[in-house]
Amino acid sequence: MAKVHVTTSINGEPMEFLCEPSDTMLDALRGPLALTGSKEGCASGDCGACSITLDDRLICSCLMLAVEAQDHEIRTIEGMAQGDKLHPLQQKFLEMAALQCGICTSGMLVASDALLKKNPEPSEEEIRFWLAGNLCRCTGYDKIVRAVMETAAEMRAQ
Amino acid sequence: MTELRYLAPDTLDEAIGAFAKAGSAARILAGGTDLLVQMRSGVLKPGVIVDIKKIPEMMGIEQTADGGFRIGAAVSGMALAEHKSFSKVWPGVLEAVNLIGSKQVQGRASAGGNLCNGSPAGDSVPAMVAAGAIVTVQGPNGRREMKVEDVPAGPGRTNLKPGEILVSFALPPRPPGSSDAYLRMIPRTEMDIAVVGVGVSLTIKDGTVTAARVGLGAVAPTVLLVEDAAKALIGSKLDDAALAKAAAACSAACRPIDDKRGTIAYRTKVAGVLLKRTAAIAAQRATQKN
Repeated sequence: MAKVHVTTSINGEPMEFLCEPSDTMLDALRGPLALTGSKEGCASGDCGACSITLDDRLICSCLMLAVEAQDHEIRTIEGMAQGDKLHPLQQKFLEMAALQCGICTSGMLVASDALLKKNPEPSEEEIRFWLAGNLCRCTGYDKIVRAVMETAAEMRAQ
Repeated sequence: MTELRYLAPDTLDEAIGAFAKAGSAARILAGGTDLLVQMRSGVLKPGVIVDIKKIPEMMGIEQTADGGFRIGAAVSGMALAEHKSFSKVWPGVLEAVNLIGSKQVQGRASAGGNLCNGSPAGDSVPAMVAAGAIVTVQGPNGRREMKVEDVPAGPGRTNLKPGEILVSFALPPRPPGSSDAYLRMIPRTEMDIAVVGVGVSLTIKDGTVTAARVGLGAVAPTVLLVEDAAKALIGSKLDDAALAKAAAACSAACRPIDDKRGTIAYRTKVAGVLLKRTAAIAAQRATQKN
């Protein structure tokens, strides 16, 4: 079976890749595109470790076919930092130790970024509901939620 | 899965042609939040996937001249939430759609997929039943309309004919004093499957209920329209006696399974409790707008 040729945009750059019709976007990211920041946790849309945005909308890349990327815009964790300069959320996660093993971290960051773009002043409850689809088995979530709140406050002040 | 073909037609006619031609090997792809999981687990091995998201009619949200709404079958929950006026007219339908999975899932999952997946516990379905939604389906023999409650046939099955695709939901215009609500019982606060789900739509004039519909989910092989519960509410002022009668009608309609998520006795009781709570929310919203 011939592979499908997909033309898309990833983190603002035009990109082409080949995939099987049944490959997920996560398969394509971690395979031919060599963008391994998005993680596979559950592969069924429960854990959020593979979170990306598709046309600026937060989704699980394990629940999207790679062929669906044709003519759309994908953003991943790799597009979050500007060169060597970390995104404020990334910086704050480091400062506040809002991560331990790191598997959930890229998904947490992508999801938190999507939240702050939509709502620059989320309450703690709104953050917890927004991140309900991102599972962390290490931190107990408190440090993550506090880091998002702190980042939001700093970004509003700027 | 290596034999899979992916098609993303721009028109409904092309989609129906491809879908009907491929027969039972074909699956429709809207948000994919059920389909991809079923493929991954090996439950489904489709030969052809027809992605309907390039078809404008499938992706539109339109407020019609009479005040009703037409929602494309593949519109995501997040897109519906971002619509300017939908949440004001149908807050119950929206809260039901936005209980489906996580924010990530809501970015993709559609009410059309939720209905066609055929789960008795699909959250949007009882709210759509309460809303009196009419669906448009189109197949090789043309278009037809169905009441939303007539779509599910049993767990994982629908009454759509071979080659038919769900196109859109039509929600009727709302008289003044109308609103709706949806509540579900789950053991945690997010990311779970309903043990019981209740949708209530009400119209209230001078304190008296003039129209009501009740949809009940996760307590029978399909989502149910509970006409006896609606009858108990209509003509009442939502007094305790009327609510008790409507709650009893919901419990009486239950034909639930006994499983780890909830026993038969529990689901049956909770159906009545949720009816009272959901009706109270719908009534509060309906009278706020007066």
